[in-house]
Amino acid sequence: MLKDVTLGQYFPGDTPVHRLDPRTKLLLVVVYIVALFNAKGWWSYALMAAALLAACALSRAKAKTMARALKPLVLIILITGILNMFYTAGTPIFRFWIFTLTREGLRNAVFMVLRIVMLIAGTFLLTYTTSPILLTDGLESLLNPLKKLKFPVHELAMMMSIALRFIPTLIEETDKIMSAQKARGADFDTGSLIQRAKALLPILVPLFISAFRRADELAVAMESRCYHGGEGRTRLRQLRFAAGDYAALALGALVLTGVIILAKRGL
Amino acid sequence: MNESPILKTEKLCHVYSAGTPFETAALRDVDLEIRRGELVAVIGHTGSGKSTLIQHLNGLMKPTSGRVLFEGADIGASKQATKNARCKVGLVFQYPEYQLFEETVYKDIAFGPRNMRLSADDVDVRVREAARFVGIGAELLGRSPFELSGGQKRRIAIAGVIAMLPQVLILDEPMAGLDPAGRDGIMENILGYHEETGAAVVVVTHSMEDAARNAERMIVMSRGRIVMDGAPGEIFSRGDELSPIGLDVPVMTRLADRLRAMGVPVKGSVYTVEQARDAVLALKGGGGAC
Repeated sequence: MLKDVTLGQYFPGDTPVHRLDPRTKLLLVVVYIVALFNAKGWWSYALMAAALLAACALSRAKAKTMARALKPLVLIILITGILNMFYTAGTPIFRFWIFTLTREGLRNAVFMVLRIVMLIAGTFLLTYTTSPILLTDGLESLLNPLKKLKFPVHELAMMMSIALRFIPTLIEETDKIMSAQKARGADFDTGSLIQRAKALLPILVPLFISAFRRADELAVAMESRCYHGGEGRTRLRQLRFAAGDYAALALGALVLTGVIILAKRGL
Repeated sequence: MNESPILKTEKLCHVYSAGTPFETAALRDVDLEIRRGELVAVIGHTGSGKSTLIQHLNGLMKPTSGRVLFEGADIGASKQATKNARCKVGLVFQYPEYQLFEETVYKDIAFGPRNMRLSADDVDVRVREAARFVGIGAELLGRSPFELSGGQKRRIAIAGVIAMLPQVLILDEPMAGLDPAGRDGIMENILGYHEETGAAVVVVTHSMEDAARNAERMIVMSRGRIVMDGAPGEIFSRGDELSPIGLDVPVMTRLADRLRAMGVPVKGSVYTVEQARDAVLALKGGGGAC
């Protein structure tokens, strides 16, 4: 049950998108988000959707997996849509009690929902096609200029990769502890809210203890392999831009310019 | 004695991640009967389905198809039935010391009985009884379980399940990661509970020696199926079938077989070093120190 979390999961593959440099993909996602928030009318949204669909097709992401990633956020999307629909001033189409549906509201709602869905789908595509290690490597490399400002870039990237690495481990651990306490007659599904919160204690205490134990063991393992931070550290996998990366970045820039021009004209 | 089994599975199947590319069948048509007061060892290679099987026996996992019957009643029939079964069928997980959470040893052992809604007096009796079974002295009951040694923690965790007085006690690799003295101690505790209360005990292990030394009956699993079921002697006589599924007869049994093949008349069944010693001494002519 806890294992069915799809959002942010990496699916190994060998597609043009999988092969792109992680830095390219990170930059493209930033460009994509900026473009998405600049989009105004049907034409600019259509261009964004075309870019997204092309990326999906190239990375062979299945529509079913995409839908599963969106599922946990359906409620948020719905609420956003409904709020926008009824709380935008404009030409009323339809009135009921205190609710007034306006033409502008309807338009806003459709765009807002589109924007959220495309935002999630785009970022999902990033984690879908990039392994967590490559992702943090790429982030570290992109943030490198900040080192001049004494910003701990390497430490941040290391913390991120450790956190990502331990998500599945901790999920598994939680499952196991839950089963063990259930075997001792613990009940997590019935009772009042306070009772249920109390019932979590037998899970949280062992989970925290094991998290601290793991952190300790990991620190010892890292130190015994002479880890001493990012200074002078070399990499097994060097990140290198290839022709495909330049092409992808150029395409991204084109789409961004296109969207901005279209939006300027109100399209 | 033709008594009805206390625990029984009928055509038990379990499929993980059904409908995805990761679909795997962990259990296939498992028919198993555990009789009252039996001491059973379940053996199998990693991934043979042992752990999945035992989690079905107390209703923690729901079968994909098939049923689990406790005293003839389906434990998955209702929520209440499942809850009852969890109290009657005690399950000790692998490395159970990682599930301790209370401030004191006493409170931790009391967790199970309190969940059974017993009175404070009954809980007290059960906690002290369970602590005695696992050899934890009364002076330790007020201590924090996190200050104790690994072996003691494991005993306390086992006591936490024993305190529910299960009629079937299932343990997943109870000796894993302990030193030899700790291993023997835990096994003695388990056997003590088995003998005093007459509860059936199921021990999951991948050590043939441990299984042969203690169990009356061995169940061998491979790829989600029960492939052999019988007394240790019967199982070991089919040694050539064991190696393809990643298992092996105990070293001393192999030694005795080799000796017999060489024409030395080794008598009786030999699984452990002690039995091997006795058999060899008997051959030398009635024992006596050498």
